[in-house]
Amino acid sequence: MAALYQTQRAMRNMRRAALQRGVIGILDVGTSKISCLVLNFDGTGTFRETDGVGPMAGQANFRVIGAASTRSRGMRHGEIETMAETEKAIRTVVAQAQKIAGVRVDHVIACISGGRPASYGLAGEIPLASGKVTEHDVASVLAACDVPDFGRGREVLHAQPVNFAVDNRSGLADPRDHAGNKLACDMHVMTVDGDAVGNLVQCIRRCDLELAGIASASYAAGRASLVEDEQELGAACIDFGGGGTGVSIFIRKHMIFADTVRIGGNLVTQDIAQGLRVPLPVAERLKTLNGGIEATGRDDRDMIEVGGETGDWESDRRTVSRADVIGVMRPRVEEILENVRQILDAAGFDYLPSQQIVLTGGGSQIPGLDGLATRILGPNIRCGRPLRIDGLAHQFTDPSFSSAVGLALFAAHPQDEWWDFEMPVDSYSARSLRRAYRWFRNNW
Amino acid sequence: MPEVIDHRPGRQPQPQPVQRVRRDPAPSRLKYRLERMWLRPIWRRTVRIGLPAFLVAMTAGLWLADEDRRASLTDGIDGLVQKVQSREEFMVRMMTIEGASPVVDKALRAMLPVDLPASSFDIDLTALRLQVMQLDAVETIDLRIKPGGILSAVVKERVPALLWRHGRGIEILDASGHRVASVTSREVRPDLPLIAGEGADRAAQEALALVDAAGPILPRLRGLVYRGERRWDVVLDHGQRIMLPAEGGAVALEAAIALHRQQDLLGRDIDVIDLRNPSRPVMRLGVDARNTIRSVRGLPPLGPDGKVIDEKQGG
Repeated sequence: MAALYQTQRAMRNMRRAALQRGVIGILDVGTSKISCLVLNFDGTGTFRETDGVGPMAGQANFRVIGAASTRSRGMRHGEIETMAETEKAIRTVVAQAQKIAGVRVDHVIACISGGRPASYGLAGEIPLASGKVTEHDVASVLAACDVPDFGRGREVLHAQPVNFAVDNRSGLADPRDHAGNKLACDMHVMTVDGDAVGNLVQCIRRCDLELAGIASASYAAGRASLVEDEQELGAACIDFGGGGTGVSIFIRKHMIFADTVRIGGNLVTQDIAQGLRVPLPVAERLKTLNGGIEATGRDDRDMIEVGGETGDWESDRRTVSRADVIGVMRPRVEEILENVRQILDAAGFDYLPSQQIVLTGGGSQIPGLDGLATRILGPNIRCGRPLRIDGLAHQFTDPSFSSAVGLALFAAHPQDEWWDFEMPVDSYSARSLRRAYRWFRNNW
Repeated sequence: MPEVIDHRPGRQPQPQPVQRVRRDPAPSRLKYRLERMWLRPIWRRTVRIGLPAFLVAMTAGLWLADEDRRASLTDGIDGLVQKVQSREEFMVRMMTIEGASPVVDKALRAMLPVDLPASSFDIDLTALRLQVMQLDAVETIDLRIKPGGILSAVVKERVPALLWRHGRGIEILDASGHRVASVTSREVRPDLPLIAGEGADRAAQEALALVDAAGPILPRLRGLVYRGERRWDVVLDHGQRIMLPAEGGAVALEAAIALHRQQDLLGRDIDVIDLRNPSRPVMRLGVDARNTIRSVRGLPPLGPDGKVIDEKQGG
């Protein structure tokens, strides 16, 4: 865990340096598209006066000065499949965003959607020697959490303390200076495949960019599309992406669970291509322009020209009805939702006080999805768009940009992570003493 | 090439549209790096400002490194300036002087540093004016170059008002006490009143006021003497003298003239009327009058030195 602590600390310092410089890039590497936002921080909140939109839910200290999005390449299920292709796509989008912003981006915050995320709820407890919770005690109780075996090659992406308890008073957000005899904490740890993260880091490095932070895409989507009350009372955010569908559950403003279904919009496209025997670009066009969930009588008569360039007249003049497209799409969407249902059941979503479900991501724009989701997931469904942030162009306020917007919020207002607290002295003093001793021996 | 060619209109094989090569939208690594370098402000500034400035300076420096080119450049500039300055429009052909006596006129013309016609750029009017103002006879001068190439000088000369006799000779002063000219004798300007004494030029206005106040005794006035740089003595003929106070001299003189009108004071044998204390005028009698009084009283007469004349010796 010490190595993780060091790397996360290094990334945090880099993020601070970037905020000091005022420019930071947001890179959302998804399966179907890559988007890049360039944020300008001023730190004093002067942008608030200029826009006239209001306090922007407290997100007023930064402004988007450049935004670009391009088709993703070399990605599958949220993971990098062909490094060179993904690197090219990142170069394209970063160059375009830089051109729009007119400034050079050196530090980026990226998010990863794949990598088989796994959530763990950890609990730790220490006695309080001084009868009062000090800053050091908070770090100690975080270090005292019993860490399960994450498996080989897993990297911790988030480790957020979600709850503190002093004696029997639970539900404390900030336990410092509370009097009591023992301090307990609950921590949510999310791990992903280390190689997937390493590949992403490598791609970003090869584009001459410094990684100043990394977050889970489903966490970012939840930050952006859940409103404050939903985050407080308990809600699930379902991010329909291209390569996977992310699920994140929030309560008391903390993410307590995240997982992904490895079925996404690309599989729906593939189904249409196979079922209607059309090429993939045509299938994509059919899905986005004519897709749907609920077939009506009119959809039977709504004939769509498929087109084609095969040279075979019979094949090129084919038409399909909209009902056909819907008939192909619906089972796959149902399957996705069933999987989401299973994940929510496994996470114990039913026991939360409020069971709001927010659909976001590019796939949530399928007409009629909320009706189907109501039947499978539960009654409280809404389609969420990301939070407004200052300076973001209208075409980037789509639900499909909610992870990018969430990353911007993550950059502006990061939540406490385990590594934000000082490491307890006893766990690293021996090593640092040894290092000091070695340094002296080598130099004198 | 198909074996059977269809020759019906519109059935000829259409030229296949050239398959557009799909270009990779991604910038190459080099282009990406160059773009990022270009976005650095220091680099932009170097290329946009530094490089052109360096090129200009370099070219100019190399060109000017040759002695002949430098000389030809300065010659060219000088020639151009000369050509513009010696244009017909800037030439001054004549000088007109108004309000100057012949002497001053001649001096002014001699002071002009250039020979006419000359360019107006060569005539420094300010310096010329300062030079002319050093002439005592000139009070003000208005120098200007009028259209048509005329250098016009409007001179106001100082008006002689007083003669001042001092240890080094006699000078003519104007009403403000400024020197106008020197004269060799009093007879050159018998019309001007004469003053004397150290610092009398600085009190010239008071002297003129006294001369004005003298009125009826003006024909008898021989001059004014400034005493101790403080007060005036009015000197009349027959050795008579009126001593005036330091302040209010004109008033005191008028009082003396009033006394003279009433009692013909100055027609009597009185040497000095002392008005230094205006409230208590004192008169000093002449020698004859004093001796007449003494003889009536039966006292021996006194000489001019104030001693009793011994008749035995005096014979």
